Amino acid sequence: MSFLPPLRVARTLWTVQFAYMAEYRAEIALWALSGVLPFIMFGLWSAAAADGSAAAHGSVAGGGGPLLGLSAAEFARYFVCAFVARQFSVVWVVWQFEEDALEGRLSPYLLQPLHPLWRYVAAHLAEQATRLPFALVIASGFFLLQPQAFAWPAPGRLLLGVLSVGLAFAIHFLLQSLIATLCFWSERASALERLFYVPYVFLSGLVAPLQAFPPELQRLSLHTPFPYLIGFPAQVLAGMPMGGEAPFSLAGGLAAMVLWLLLLVPALLLLWRAGVRRYSAMGA
Amino acid sequence: MATVMARGLRKTFRVADKQPGLAGTLRHLVHRRWRSVQAVREVSFSIEAGEVVGFLGPNGAGKTTTLKLLSGLIHPSGGELAVAGHRPFRRERAFLESITLVMGQKQQLIWDLPPLDSLRVNAAVYGIPEREARRRIAELAEMLELGEELTRPVRKLSLGQRMKAELMAALLHRPQMLFLDEPTLGLDINAQARVRQFLADYNRRTGATVLLTSHYMADITALCPRVLLIHEGRLFHDGALAELSERLAPWRQVRLELARPLSAAQLAPYGEIEALEGCEVRLAIPRERLTATITRLLAQLPVLDLEVSDPPIEELIGRLFRQGSLEPAPR
Repeated sequence: MSFLPPLRVARTLWTVQFAYMAEYRAEIALWALSGVLPFIMFGLWSAAAADGSAAAHGSVAGGGGPLLGLSAAEFARYFVCAFVARQFSVVWVVWQFEEDALEGRLSPYLLQPLHPLWRYVAAHLAEQATRLPFALVIASGFFLLQPQAFAWPAPGRLLLGVLSVGLAFAIHFLLQSLIATLCFWSERASALERLFYVPYVFLSGLVAPLQAFPPELQRLSLHTPFPYLIGFPAQVLAGMPMGGEAPFSLAGGLAAMVLWLLLLVPALLLLWRAGVRRYSAMGA
Repeated sequence: MATVMARGLRKTFRVADKQPGLAGTLRHLVHRRWRSVQAVREVSFSIEAGEVVGFLGPNGAGKTTTLKLLSGLIHPSGGELAVAGHRPFRRERAFLESITLVMGQKQQLIWDLPPLDSLRVNAAVYGIPEREARRRIAELAEMLELGEELTRPVRKLSLGQRMKAELMAALLHRPQMLFLDEPTLGLDINAQARVRQFLADYNRRTGATVLLTSHYMADITALCPRVLLIHEGRLFHDGALAELSERLAPWRQVRLELARPLSAAQLAPYGEIEALEGCEVRLAIPRERLTATITRLLAQLPVLDLEVSDPPIEELIGRLFRQGSLEPAPR
């Protein structure tokens, strides 16, 4: 079975999935709204800064600035970029795949000359396009409340930021697809996804920029994919300093993302091949 | 040359056994018990290109598992299998382009969109040029009597319309090998008849090989000159439906209308009494003694009318499955 779909297949899958997602636009709007955790965290951090505990946090990060070594505007900008990065790297393939496997919908996909995972890729990309206007509205609302946070990134940074969000989505999708593939062994593989939840929430940059964590934990976390899922793309988009004292360097971060991709793609294909051998087409 | 060749085909599933209740649940958590279920056991057959073959058997007999093996959806546990010159479970592109599997109501259609959207996806996936795809869609729609339904969301279609749209999606790439699992399940009599007619037409027009399972004997009798009867994973019969009938029922039914009622004791010497109600009698008489017995009946009993028939195949198969003891077909 060919792995890469030709352009026409990709275009058709995306347009049809977009039509499907458009049917669920209200639900997607609510999902977009439910992703405001970074704004809540921004509020909490700001409150902490206001009552004087920021200095302590700042010293933990070794920045010595107003808050974790970041100006108030940079800090706000980081969280709005974390919101954007998350909106466009959200992955739900494990639940959809599990449902399809249990209900027998996976069987016809397996008998078509297209790797079934491409259908899920198309569905995610279509969902992202559907959520784009809602995400923009929410982000605009944040800028209205925090106008000092607004700044256009330099075109180069913007481009790299968009690229890193795309890479973050790809890594997240591959990671979750690895777990989804365990559906071939276990009927409830999605439960395993919960194992990733805690490191994802804390290390991805969703609740705080990586600077907020002790240096040892920062170094350790850079050996995992989590900081690249939200934190790194958010810092690129926000135009934050890279290299030197900062936890990420631009080239190092992008290289790490590519390395993760190079590791995850063959791992997924191998696990998939083994899993399909065990497939019993239950529910079909 | 055979397009399907199965020799000693086997499929074993490992399933966990769990007793009911709290104790059973706790035992299941601590010490899970597994057992092997042999869904297909040493099944051998071959099918020529263009044949229409019916798989018969009760629920759990191994029919659907056999179709899944033939289509490459699952890996065999043993034996040899070749379909259209391929080993199905490798799922090579050329193989996938030459087959289709329709699993009853398990849809490949996207629920919230019109069937045309799913058909567009299939056309792209199978590399059918857009103009050609439109032509095929029109042709299939005509054969299946589908029109505006193709632009209505799938969820708004009736069961029969959905099944027909499902068939369109499954056949758009013009497969040469059709694996159909209960293609008429749940449809009303008219829709069943239309789907049957469509499958017969498709087979005639394209020369495709069709393998189907069905609980409706009408599907089998209308479409399948040859049947494979599977029970408990074993092949019990491979041949014409009429031969199966002969094998399952080496007797014929003789209905009598008598001038006056007779007792069971008076009728017993002529054959097995299947029904006795007043002057109406139904006897089962071994085929080899049929002529002699009818001569005796006419000579010795007050017979007003007599009719000889084969027992209905549904009844025979139903009886067979209820008895549950079958001897596998000699190979």
